[in-house]
Amino acid sequence: MLKKLWEFTRNTQVWNSIFRHGPPDTARNRGLAVLTNVFLHLHPVKVRKSGIRLRFTWCMGGITFFLFLVETATGLLLMFYYHPTVEYAYVDIVDLREQVPLGVMRELHRWGAHAMVITVWLHMLRVFMTGSYKPPREFNWNVGVLLLVLTLLLSFTGYLLPWDQLAMWAVTVGSNMARATPLLGHEGPGASLMKIGDIALVHAGNDARFALLGGRFVGAGALLRFYVLHCVGIPVVAAILMAVHFWRVRKDGGISGPV
Amino acid sequence: MTDEKATGGAPGDPAAPVPTAAKPAAPTAKASPGAVTRRGFLSTIGVAWTSFAAACAAGAVATGRFMFPNVLFEPPQSFKAGPPDEFLAGTVDNRFKESFGVFVVRDETSLFALKAVCTHLGCTPNWLDAENKFKCPCHGSGFYRTGINFEGPAPRPLERYRVVMADDGQIIIDKTKAYAYEKGEWLNPESFLSV
Repeated sequence: MLKKLWEFTRNTQVWNSIFRHGPPDTARNRGLAVLTNVFLHLHPVKVRKSGIRLRFTWCMGGITFFLFLVETATGLLLMFYYHPTVEYAYVDIVDLREQVPLGVMRELHRWGAHAMVITVWLHMLRVFMTGSYKPPREFNWNVGVLLLVLTLLLSFTGYLLPWDQLAMWAVTVGSNMARATPLLGHEGPGASLMKIGDIALVHAGNDARFALLGGRFVGAGALLRFYVLHCVGIPVVAAILMAVHFWRVRKDGGISGPV
Repeated sequence: MTDEKATGGAPGDPAAPVPTAAKPAAPTAKASPGAVTRRGFLSTIGVAWTSFAAACAAGAVATGRFMFPNVLFEPPQSFKAGPPDEFLAGTVDNRFKESFGVFVVRDETSLFALKAVCTHLGCTPNWLDAENKFKCPCHGSGFYRTGINFEGPAPRPLERYRVVMADDGQIIIDKTKAYAYEKGEWLNPESFLSV
C-alpha cells in the first residue's frame, strides 16, 4: 500500500517538476541530487573519507553553521516580543523570561551565541593545525577570518539589547575603542591632522564611534542601530559570505585531508 | 544645434561640411554604416562611465551622510548651571551628573566642572561623600576630589570642562572643550572660575 502510494507520488508531474533525476540509487543520480539543488550544490558532491572523520575535522565548521541556523530561528521568534526602545527593551527581556511561553527561548539564543563563538574559534584552530589554510585554500581562509569577525560583531551588538547595566557599560567600554580609529576616531592617531585651521573635522559628534552609536553616548540611537545591525545587517553579510565559504570549500578541492 | 552638426557632419559624410540648415537630420539617418565612429563610440562610453561612476560615488557619499543625523535628541553640549553661590565651598555637586555627565566641584578659591567619564575605559564614576573620593564602578579606579587619580587602572586624572560666567551671573559649562591636567591645561583660565 505504502509502496504503491510512493510509486504514485514519484510519477506525478509535481514530483517530476521538482526532482529532475531518477531515484538516488546510482552514483550519477546521487551526484545529480546534489548538483541540481541550489542549497546542496554549495557542498561538494563527494567527500573524502577523511572529510567525515571527526578526529580530523572536529565538525566545528558544521556545528558553527548549525548554531547560526539556531540563532536565526530563535532570534526571529524573539523579535516578535522585543522592542528596541529605551522604554521597553529591558522589560521585554524580563517578559520573555517570565511571561512568554517557552521562556527558555531567550536562553537558547544566548547560549547558542556563546557556543557559536567557541565553535568558530575551534574551527579556526582545526583549520590552522591541519594546515588547511595553505594554497589553494588561502582565499577561503580570508573569507573565514571575515566570518569570525562578523560572529564577534554579532555577539557584541547582541550584548547591548537586554539594556541592563552590564549591557550599557560593556558597550560603552567596547565602543570607546572606536574613538582610537586612525583618522576617523576623534582620539585616534592622525585625528589632530584632520582639521582646517582651528576647526576640527573629526570630533566626538561625527567620528567612527558616533556613526556606530548614532550619538555621543550609548543611548536610544545606539540601541536601535545595534538592533538593526544585529538582526539584519550583519546576518545578511554573514549569510552571503557563508555561501561563498562553503562553495569555495568545494571549488578548492573539498575538505582537506591528512597528507 | 552644434551637437547635431558634430555628430551628423563629421562622421556621416565628410564631403558635406556645409549642410543646408533646413535638413541636417536627414543625412544622419541615411548614413547608417558610418554613423558610429571609433572616436565617437569611445568618447560616448567614456562620458557614460564617468557619469555613472560619479553618480555611484555621489550615492555612496549621500548614503554615508545618512548615518549622521542633523538633530540629536541628547542634552545640549553647553548649559547654564546657576550662580556660583549655589555651590558650597568644599562640596562636590552631583546634580548635573545624570543629565549632563558633569560634577561641579568647589573648593576655597575656585570652582571647576569635572567630566564624569573615567579615564580608564569611559564609565561614569560615583562621588562617595563618606570616603571623600570618586570611585568608578566598572574597574575600581579612584580619584581625589580634585580629579587626580590615585588608585585602580585609570592612567590619568579626570578632565575638566570649560567654565565661564554668563552676563546674567550664571555659570556656563561648555562640554565642547576639555582640559587635561597632564597637559598642563588646568592652568588655562577657562578651566576654572575663581570665587
